[in-house]
Amino acid sequence: MSNSITKITPNNPVFFDNDPQEELTTLNIGPTHPATHGVFQNVCQMDGERIVSAVSTIGYIHRAFEKIAEHRPFYQITPLTDRLNYCSSPINNMGYHMTVEKLLNIEIPKRVQYMRVIVMELARIADHIICNGILGVDTGAFSGFLYVMQEREFIYEIFEEICGARLTTNIGRIGGFERDFNDVAFRKIREFLDRYPPVLREFEELFVRNRIFIERTAGVAAVTPEQALSYSWSGPILRATGVDYDVRAVAPYCSYEEFDFEVPVGTNGDVYDRFMVRNAEMWQSMHIIEQALEKIAKEPAGIFHADVPEFYLPPKEQVYNNMEALIYHFKIVMGEWETPISEVYHAVEGANGELGFYLIHDGGRTPYRLHFRRPSFVNYQMFAPMSSGMLLSDAIINMSSLNVIAGELDA
Amino acid sequence: MDKLDNQGIWRSLQEQFAERIGLVGEPHGLLTITTTKEHIIALLSFLKNDERLRFTYLTDITAVHYPRQEKPFAVVYHVHNLFQNVRVRIKVFIDGDQPTIPTATSVWEGANWMERETYDFFGIVFEGHPDLRRILNMDELDVFPMRREYPLEDPNRVDKKDFYFGR
Repeated sequence: MSNSITKITPNNPVFFDNDPQEELTTLNIGPTHPATHGVFQNVCQMDGERIVSAVSTIGYIHRAFEKIAEHRPFYQITPLTDRLNYCSSPINNMGYHMTVEKLLNIEIPKRVQYMRVIVMELARIADHIICNGILGVDTGAFSGFLYVMQEREFIYEIFEEICGARLTTNIGRIGGFERDFNDVAFRKIREFLDRYPPVLREFEELFVRNRIFIERTAGVAAVTPEQALSYSWSGPILRATGVDYDVRAVAPYCSYEEFDFEVPVGTNGDVYDRFMVRNAEMWQSMHIIEQALEKIAKEPAGIFHADVPEFYLPPKEQVYNNMEALIYHFKIVMGEWETPISEVYHAVEGANGELGFYLIHDGGRTPYRLHFRRPSFVNYQMFAPMSSGMLLSDAIINMSSLNVIAGELDA
Repeated sequence: MDKLDNQGIWRSLQEQFAERIGLVGEPHGLLTITTTKEHIIALLSFLKNDERLRFTYLTDITAVHYPRQEKPFAVVYHVHNLFQNVRVRIKVFIDGDQPTIPTATSVWEGANWMERETYDFFGIVFEGHPDLRRILNMDELDVFPMRREYPLEDPNRVDKKDFYFGR
């Protein structure tokens, strides 16, 4: 060891390669570890508390969705998309529906689009609640998590009112929704808009100027915009670096161009900025939901699907009493659709970033190929390279702030 | 700066690459071009670094298997110009016996896992890739499961045969 004194800082770690007493330890974090919130394995070479190098192993809950999708008719693939990012499955459902509708050239009525916007933004809030709440837990603040968790529960109640399910929702159908929002659903959405702001404000007060939280997160795992773009990052973590890429704003789908909302961006790309971007996005989402409710009130009531009988299942009583409805019902269930031979890429802004569906159709009963562009998968690959030199505790909160969802990572 | 449209992109690519690229079409407005594996990296670098095109964002890499074609594998790249929101899809058809293609990790670091996934499921070898291992499947797997010849479930199962449904 040289005699010169080197200052060791988080950004300038020094590993004493020639130190005879030094020993690198191999530490297996995962596959199941309470701190990683999901099935991830990282094999880390540790120098004391510091990670020298890390290797990520993924695929523990790989379920071959792309292969299964090649053998299912279109309407049976929606439940598979539920299980990608299970914290915000409605966004996946809607993204898939919109992809198929783009393929089939179905025009969706405005009211249905606004209903979809409401569902997607609620799901985004639910997802950000989890991510930011867990980030608080990982930095040692458990109570904030419990405050906001109640509100996530309330969002799930709204989903339950809309579609009957809570987590893996399978919400909507190709062409619209399976039923209209009932009055209770509308009432609960309005109630949510009233009761959530004070909770979110309280949650922000707990963290935003909290010295412990800032010292744990500010400057940790800072990423430059160039690095983030080179690694094809998207979503809140990309926006935290200062790049204002939001699919909703850049390539609007589902009438997002009619809504007035801002795309919050950070400056440093560190864990603190990601937290702030997600919080700001929750405010924006509520603003969008308010506007969507106003817009729905102006649309003719009772429309909840497009008028496409060849793709949208008829009501059951018509199937028994109406010849055409019976034929359509049979054809849809058997997958005998007249579909254009084409390929389509459609992206939506998932809670973690650009969620893309690449669908190739050859006219058969099933897609010829369906590929999911999963933001968690793309975002997570930078975790191991960026971990080297980091403290283990910092790497853990870095992982929470990336909000990698195992189901989406492994497909 | 004037707005990029598909004709403009295609013209500037043709000036640069002439007959080394081909036009597939514009399904749903997304310009789709094809090239050979010899020129894919030059094409991707040009798309990324050209001052007018600026397709700086790699959205996705995947592959498709067409077992009846002479060149049965298509590697599909989606690139995105974030400034003007234009996407381009590039398809490269490659041979079936030894499916190889140069790696795009020299252009984008993010291509790393996308190519590993493509290798894992289709067996396409990305030459020059720094760490080409299986990623989602187990290391011991000796097939490439997304190829069309591998069935989803037991092929001896008869209760789902089209015959029983009058097809």
